[in-house]
Amino acid sequence: MSWEVVIGLEIHAQLTTKSKIFSGASTAYGAAPNSQACAIDAGMPGMLPVLNHAVLGKSIMLGLALDAELGMRSVFDRKNYFYPDSPKGYQTTQMDFPIVGQGKLEIELEDGRKKVIGVTRAHLEEDAGKSVHGIVPGQTGIDLNRSGTALLEIVSDPDMSSAKEAVAYAKKMHELVQYLGICDGNMQEGSFRVDSNVSVRRPGEPLGTRAELKNINSFKFIEKAIEIEIERQIELIESGGKVVQETRLYDSEKDVTRSMRTKEEANDYRYFPCPDLLPVIITEADVEAVRVVMPELPDAKRARFVSEFNLSDYDAAVLTGSRAMAEFFEKVVALTDAKDPKLCANWATSGFSAALNRDGLSIENAPVSAEMLAGMISRLIDNSISGKIAKQVFDAMWQGEGSADEIIESKGLKQITDTGAIEALVDEVLANNPDQVEAYKGGQEKMMGYFVGQIMKASGGQANPGQVNKLLMTKLKS
Amino acid sequence: MSLGKTEVEYISRLAQIEVREEDVDGVATKLSNILDLFTQMGAADTQGVEPMAHPLDAVQRFRADVVTEVDQHEKLQAIAPSVTQAHYLVPQVIE
Repeated sequence: MSWEVVIGLEIHAQLTTKSKIFSGASTAYGAAPNSQACAIDAGMPGMLPVLNHAVLGKSIMLGLALDAELGMRSVFDRKNYFYPDSPKGYQTTQMDFPIVGQGKLEIELEDGRKKVIGVTRAHLEEDAGKSVHGIVPGQTGIDLNRSGTALLEIVSDPDMSSAKEAVAYAKKMHELVQYLGICDGNMQEGSFRVDSNVSVRRPGEPLGTRAELKNINSFKFIEKAIEIEIERQIELIESGGKVVQETRLYDSEKDVTRSMRTKEEANDYRYFPCPDLLPVIITEADVEAVRVVMPELPDAKRARFVSEFNLSDYDAAVLTGSRAMAEFFEKVVALTDAKDPKLCANWATSGFSAALNRDGLSIENAPVSAEMLAGMISRLIDNSISGKIAKQVFDAMWQGEGSADEIIESKGLKQITDTGAIEALVDEVLANNPDQVEAYKGGQEKMMGYFVGQIMKASGGQANPGQVNKLLMTKLKS
Repeated sequence: MSLGKTEVEYISRLAQIEVREEDVDGVATKLSNILDLFTQMGAADTQGVEPMAHPLDAVQRFRADVVTEVDQHEKLQAIAPSVTQAHYLVPQVIE
């Protein structure tokens, strides 16, 4: 008998605010321990939280992007639990009246089909501090710098039925929040965290008991962890066991999931409205203010790249994989007067991206700017250099040797288009290879490639290949 | 509605409040009385009344997204029971 898999995701996206959600302490990553935790973040008695205005617009933006109902009146609640990295003994979050209500996100499946995943809600909440182990044996160190950092917890409907679908949804959301500029998406630093609720059932039966997979910071491992967890649950049930509701951690080295805690009572959070905070009201004017600054969303951009620049779906998808890459590409296209968008796409997705990956750089700190790449592509378009020479020019630009024009000039890389000069090279190569010429005339037409190779070599790769071919034909046929 | 020993123990554990064995019955009675009061209030007709999120008839004000707090960890940690390398120290929370 077959099994049906049911997956829902809870994604915590850290909002790109300068200060905390309820205090004026900085959110900069990597600061000295507890240097960015003020009296409010440390949960000192008598402190009053005041909501950071920036979280409102960012929440509205996500709501609009997910085509969601906005919580025009949202309410903060206290989620009560005791853990040393949560100094107040509760987390301020939103339970019954979240700021973003039911919405949806369309994902593309492996076979190209589209599937709409429901988004139950997204609510504002504060992050907890960090526990640090090993400073003093037998004790735990607490760093509250992260305490009070603004999060949007984005909860999906249990609409995904495989690990691949779950990862497609997570990636799409990851791309979206970065496009919107509401989250930097840095998974290593914990700015974008994915918790997966996984359960299995027989078709037609009610939902099975779910296990939650937490603290996995790469898409690759999220997929593996979910697959392993599905197998574990099926094997467990088929051998007569029962899945218990619990949090499990993924061990990527052993490729297994392990139980983290099973204490059921830990999930009795006794929510109640936070008396320190008043209901948050969103006005139509607030929504309108966000609507006018909404960036073009990834799907719209992808479709436009295909229609406006005649790119393949694949190229458009790669280019719109991040907003930075999409904007870089469009800039290069504009600077080359949109004469050859396909060529710009090729360079952006291959040569440029390969160099970024190789050196572990991001577009913002790449040694080759959009202006520089456009300068080089312009020389390709006007036939000053060949594709082969372009690679050399690009590498030199990457090494900081100057602009394309400067490098072409200083290294003498300009393509030889002077017919006289090319003709001299052709004559020289033919004269030096009488046997090969005889062979060609005797019917061995593949000698053509040999001659072209020799001529290009003699020119240092700078002869215009089209002209070489043409002249060579004429000479050999005469 | 009446609470028994088990419920009192459960609630006190969640709230991290120690209730002495000899006090359990008394606490159970008091909590039950409070719940009875809520049951009594539950009889009121609240049809069409929006649940109240806050007793004040006011809405949340905001602060601008500006960093206004400087590093004060030395002052804040002066009252902490135990501190090392600028970390608050607590009993170990994992095995």
